[in-house]
Amino acid sequence: MMIFTIAARELRSLFLSPLAWSVLAVVQFILAYLFLAQVDNFMTLQPQLVGLEGAPGVTDLIAAPLLGDAAIVLLLVTPLITMRILSEERRNGTLSLLFSAPVSMTEIVLGKYLGLLGFFFILLAMLVAMPVSLLAGTPLDLGKLTAGVLGLGLLLAAFCAAGLYMSSLTEQPTVAAISTFGLLLLLWIIDWAGKGGDEVSGLLHYLSLLRHYEPLLRGLVHSTDVLYYLLFIIIFLGLSIRRLDADRLSH
Amino acid sequence: MATEVLIAAEHLTRFFGHTCAVKGVSFRLAKGEVLGFLGPNGAGKTTTMRMLTGNLAPSAGRISVAGIDLLDSPRQAKARIGYLPEQPPLYRELTVQEYLRYCAHLNRVPGRELGRAVDQAQARCGLTEVRRRLIGNLSKGFQQRVGIAQAILHNPAVVILDEPTVGLDPIQIREIRALIRELGENHGIILSTHILPEVQATCSRVQIMHRGQLVFSATLAELQEQMITQSLILGCQAPPDLHTLEAMPGIERVTPLAAGRFRLAFTGDNPAEALAARAAAEGWRLRELSPEQRSLEQIFVELTTREPDAEAA
Ligand SMILES: Nc1ncnc2c1ncn2[C@@H]1O[C@H](COP(=O)(O)OP(=O)(O)O)[C@@H](O)[C@H]1O
Ligand SMILES: [Mg+2]
Repeated sequence: MMIFTIAARELRSLFLSPLAWSVLAVVQFILAYLFLAQVDNFMTLQPQLVGLEGAPGVTDLIAAPLLGDAAIVLLLVTPLITMRILSEERRNGTLSLLFSAPVSMTEIVLGKYLGLLGFFFILLAMLVAMPVSLLAGTPLDLGKLTAGVLGLGLLLAAFCAAGLYMSSLTEQPTVAAISTFGLLLLLWIIDWAGKGGDEVSGLLHYLSLLRHYEPLLRGLVHSTDVLYYLLFIIIFLGLSIRRLDADRLSH
Repeated sequence: MATEVLIAAEHLTRFFGHTCAVKGVSFRLAKGEVLGFLGPNGAGKTTTMRMLTGNLAPSAGRISVAGIDLLDSPRQAKARIGYLPEQPPLYRELTVQEYLRYCAHLNRVPGRELGRAVDQAQARCGLTEVRRRLIGNLSKGFQQRVGIAQAILHNPAVVILDEPTVGLDPIQIREIRALIRELGENHGIILSTHILPEVQATCSRVQIMHRGQLVFSATLAELQEQMITQSLILGCQAPPDLHTLEAMPGIERVTPLAAGRFRLAFTGDNPAEALAARAAAEGWRLRELSPEQRSLEQIFVELTTREPDAEAA
């Protein structure tokens, strides 16, 4: 219950600031542009694909690239939304309102996290509406689309968890944003190092956020990929709870 | 008389790194008391209050709130405390009403009572007119009241206010003090301040903190006695000699001052009457006979400037 109370307040405060609205607008604008570009692209390719055995369909040529691009755009944008979630409370002294209330640290962190998820759920819904709108004119591979959307959802949830943790570390929202961005980008490209087949590159490959996203975009739902994201989220939420507890204990 | 103990703090100690901000502080708060924590800046008042409200874990010591151990069952204990920190924890983007509703939810006020609790807190703190305004647009005085409203919203047994009148104008200060006295009738209140008259205006008991330690604790009535300290100033045109004065009943010590004046320290009943009678009988030509007032300020300064550099090294 308390988790929802905190989440609702968080979401409300987000939408009372122009930041959330401008992020929604800019992201939607850019993705709409990308979407239309993919549709246009598909139109010019379509005559050549007709009759080809096993040719890629609308889902492969429009939805999957859109979701792929969306991941990059959101990697840039998520830190802007997550940055103030705890750092601002710390700076304004409002954290003590939560600490003095009969609420546990876990409830505080989960409530905040749920608020963030709420925002990104709205963003994701607006995004998915675009490829789904194609259903009016052409059939889609809904299984593939669902896998892709699940992938993007998990990815965003992971971004939020990392952002929440970074925000718990500092009083400066901008510092939180920059460090979140740095962390996410690093995890995105971490497997660029070590192209060999040794153990290290295997590990780097496993750590990469991108490597677990690609199969989902192709419609392949592996439990290892889903598990990776869940672990990622649990670890960062756990770290955030510990960080808030440390506030009470040390210094 | 069995008074209900609302807060029992035992040997509270808190370190920040190697510095000890609070050292072995023990005290009790009973229902109906307004306890003032007085001390210079950096004395450890805020640190103590943050420990009492569960914002800071003590390095050592125990706290129980209405018989519930704060460290063992923080949830139940915290539900019985309302806290206004030094910096009021306000969300500037919310209206007063929205904010108080949120606080009520956080403090698990049941749904049925929520509207009433919010209305009541608003009314008590004089916020009813501004309840639809954004907190960020309110004046400092009103923001402070929102902070107090937040602390009393869930009708907690104990209300802890950290420097509640800082930054307010004199009229606002009077209003807040009146509110505190009113609250003190059926809650236990702890407030911190470094303003001396504030204690005399609002508190029923005072504790002076200095360098993290409790150096003085008295009810205001006791304090009043202490302040009219056990000494008189006697001034005569034809002063008697020292031994005559020292020999009088109740007189402890006589310190001659300049020009026929003496400071007479006494125990027991005030010997002023006897002195006056004697002066008339023996022709001392009495000019002055007055109780020496020590102000709270003097007590405060005496206690807090003692051994100033004991810890400096
Ligand atoms: N978070 C902190 N980290 C380190 N030292 C602190 C911290 N908070 C308070 N202190 C130190 O503890 C002492 C007591 O501070 P405080 O409780 O704020 O005093 P007061 O409220 O009486 O002015 C001060 O010397 C202060 O520097
Ligand atoms: Mg203080």
